[in-house]
Amino acid sequence: MHSPSKPSGESLRRGLREEPGWVKWTLILIAVSIVSVLILIPVIHVFYSAIAPGVEDYWYEHGGDVATESGATGSASSDGNWFGALRQGFSAYYDNLFLDVKTRQSIVRTLIVAPSAVLLNIVFGIAAAWAVTRFRFPGRTVLISLIDLPFAISPVVAGLMLVLIFGAQGYFGEWLQEHNMQVLFGLPGLILATTFVTLPFVARELIPVMEAIGSDEEVAAVSLGANGWQVFWHITIPNIKWGLLYGVILCNARAMGEFGAVYVVSANRADTMPLRINQLFMESNDAGSFAVASVLTSLALVSLLAKVILERKTRKQMAEAARMEIPAEV
Amino acid sequence: MTRRVLPGFGLSLSFTLTYLTLLVFLPLLACVAQVVSLTWSEFWSAAWTVRAQSAYALTFGASLIAAMIDVVLGLLIAWVLVRYEFPFKRFFDSLIDLPFALPTSVAGLVYSSLYVQSGWLGQFLVPLGIEAVYTRLAIVLMLVFIGLPFVVRTIQPVLESLEGETEEAAALLGATRLQTFLRVIFPALLPAIITGFALAFARAIGEYGSVVFVSGNIPMQTEIAPVLIVARLEEGQYAEATSVATILLVGSFSMLVFINLLERWSKRHYA
Repeated sequence: MHSPSKPSGESLRRGLREEPGWVKWTLILIAVSIVSVLILIPVIHVFYSAIAPGVEDYWYEHGGDVATESGATGSASSDGNWFGALRQGFSAYYDNLFLDVKTRQSIVRTLIVAPSAVLLNIVFGIAAAWAVTRFRFPGRTVLISLIDLPFAISPVVAGLMLVLIFGAQGYFGEWLQEHNMQVLFGLPGLILATTFVTLPFVARELIPVMEAIGSDEEVAAVSLGANGWQVFWHITIPNIKWGLLYGVILCNARAMGEFGAVYVVSANRADTMPLRINQLFMESNDAGSFAVASVLTSLALVSLLAKVILERKTRKQMAEAARMEIPAEV
Repeated sequence: MTRRVLPGFGLSLSFTLTYLTLLVFLPLLACVAQVVSLTWSEFWSAAWTVRAQSAYALTFGASLIAAMIDVVLGLLIAWVLVRYEFPFKRFFDSLIDLPFALPTSVAGLVYSSLYVQSGWLGQFLVPLGIEAVYTRLAIVLMLVFIGLPFVVRTIQPVLESLEGETEEAAALLGATRLQTFLRVIFPALLPAIITGFALAFARAIGEYGSVVFVSGNIPMQTEIAPVLIVARLEEGQYAEATSVATILLVGSFSMLVFINLLERWSKRHYA
């Protein structure tokens, strides 16, 4: 009864939960259009706008007409070619990124601020996940939800809080001035603000991973005489490495791109890359602005790629951990 | 509580609490202390000016509309990604996460230049009377972008785990495909839809970096609450800035609590 009718029965059943072809393809078309307009076109536009100004200058200098580039290339007045145009586009792009002193400084600042915030939140994330998943204590669930608190606070408000504490009129303002220390308008303030905003990322990724993996291996190691740090470095870290890396990537993407909180804290005196984009935009320097934006967009795309790869690895690991738990419980 | 076999409880818990205290609780406390130091009328006259009221209305209104649009678009995209096969599906699936990874200022910069009259999309839309920069529409559009992945990524796994049997049963009992969707599938997705809505909404309320590029920031017209806070701060008016921030915080916290209750209710009734 089963074997001959199975394929047709299966397809019949699938027919019951499938839409007609035209509905299906209309929905696909709409979905693809939405993603294209909202996400894909903007990404392409960033890179286009970073290179285009130099290319346009080139055609202008070489007498080509940008508006009708295909028709004009053969005309007598044009002595340019697309290779030269692209080369000029990229060289203008390079100049915008590395010859502008303030832009260069903003790149260096972001390269200091983001890793510092990420490092602090890695230590916090591991400590919090260890406390919350390896022990049961009163207030544990409250603690888990408190970790997410920064997500519910507007970045601008986060920056404001730091100004209230460290600003000239703030609670520590006078003390800082007496001791000739500056927190706002510089690296310490930028790092604090970024750390606040990205605080939950690593912990949030680690908690479910460590919960799923369980503590059996760690308990076994301890009962065999390993000390705490040995367990941590030889068992825990190898087990959570993919989940940790995943959290780090999310945390880093947000840290590099943070705007609201650092904007308030820096007050236009110490730009990171996102702040520099705004500054150049205000100065109507679109080419410079898009040049910086294109670097950050590339980083975002790399983060996405890494996320896709790591997601698969962590999911596999968590599924394996779940499978291994079943015989232990039976 | 059973005996603790693993070491490090004291160290990890005390580090976690110290870190949270220094980075989150103390700043929050500073904010509260600043507000408490004001008299009620001082607070109220700072937090409830006509300009501030219009900023709150715009912030919460635009976030609400954007989150609702996100639910519709997100449901459609999640459906297509889970149920259908088409070329470049994995590529489009990965692109959904871009608003998470893309710096908000980059998003704001691109949107502002895409929708101006000479922009790629603006050249078609502006002649039709659709002005998507320096208007309220621009704010909603920007927030739709920011919130979209929250909705797609909460609905997607639930849709994937839905069993086909109930749908088949509905079809065999004579339901049309649309009826099956509305009566069988949609109720099962409702808790996830509400969660996605809440996440998109909460994110939109606090959003600053992207909106500041596209909104034009005209007081009473296109100024959102976070922009007003920054404006007050730049004038050196800490108390006013903190008062507005407090309303924003209380507003978004109570929205989250309300949505949390709604979520629990929907889980009890539909899942």
